[in-house]
Amino acid sequence: MSSLHRRDVVKTLVDDRNDLLVVAGLGSTAYDLFAAGDHPSNFYLWGAMGGAAMIGLGLALAQPQRPVLVVTGDGEQLMGMGSLATIAARRPANLSIVVIDNERFGETGMQASHTGLGVELVGVAAACGFAWARAVRSRADLADLVQQTRRRSGCSFGLVKVVAERLPRTLPPRDGVYLKTRFRAALGLEVN
Amino acid sequence: METSDWAERLYDVVVRAGIRQVAYVPDAGHARLIERIHAEQNIRAIVLTSEEEGIASCCGAWLGGERSMLLMQSSGVGNCVNLLSLVASCRFPLVTLVTMRGEWAEFNPWQVPMGRATGAAMELMGVAVHRAERPDDVNEMVAAACESAFAGDQAVAVLLAQRMIGRKEWTKL
Repeated sequence: MSSLHRRDVVKTLVDDRNDLLVVAGLGSTAYDLFAAGDHPSNFYLWGAMGGAAMIGLGLALAQPQRPVLVVTGDGEQLMGMGSLATIAARRPANLSIVVIDNERFGETGMQASHTGLGVELVGVAAACGFAWARAVRSRADLADLVQQTRRRSGCSFGLVKVVAERLPRTLPPRDGVYLKTRFRAALGLEVN
Repeated sequence: METSDWAERLYDVVVRAGIRQVAYVPDAGHARLIERIHAEQNIRAIVLTSEEEGIASCCGAWLGGERSMLLMQSSGVGNCVNLLSLVASCRFPLVTLVTMRGEWAEFNPWQVPMGRATGAAMELMGVAVHRAERPDDVNEMVAAACESAFAGDQAVAVLLAQRMIGRKEWTKL
């Protein structure tokens, strides 16, 4: 049983972020990331379930000098399980996928997800070929994961087991064009 | 133009458009382009397990400042539908080239339902559809799609007609 709390975990992941680019999967992880402090280099999803990790791949290939962190939920990553194979086959050195795993579909009423029913996503990621794939159950493990997300030393997969809890929603902006445009502007890209 | 030429010249269009990432689920009609992309150092090829992954990676590429393209067969269009809401909601540019099945001398009836619905499915989700029937259409349409997408923030699918691509040869190994 993990004693880690998701809001603390996500805040720890983006503390001292420097040049980190972050994509958050829809639902609780987007709320967690926003609660940790808004930033123009955060891209929050409000839909596109299953797509967070692949947005991270396209971004990581386009910005090889920047560490890219995808933080998403177990339900979101399970819907895009094939993307773990696609990412591992490309092996971007600067991409980390971090799944905040409460073993529940939180947004729809905390129904049990596959990770609470025996599916081991760390094993899936390792078998796909992620250079670094670990479960995180303690503060010490979390510190290792944070370091790994900054290293750009091979694609990484962290599964952070967290307490299943209902928290107040902290809602990031929902305007997708705004989120896209400010993200690109923060990278110094021109706006069409 | 010879039927075989358009696929070779398509590669030049892709390079000229400044495409840096090409995501794909393979199709026989895309085989030559995929081969050329893999040989090109300035373009990263991304082989997908399912087409919707490519919608997301193309959006990620644009967030990071790169142009990308998605290649698939018509059967893959159905897999993309919900992810196309990402494109519409954020007004991401998208260029996808779709080789058609199920519409001309189709041997496999299982290809027909999705083949018939391909263009309409794209349009339902807000993607503009151009349809290349003749080899002369292809390069012009793909270049135009790139311009609409990357300069005008549009999502465009170019459907490559099965009649133009040629029949799948079932007797050949």
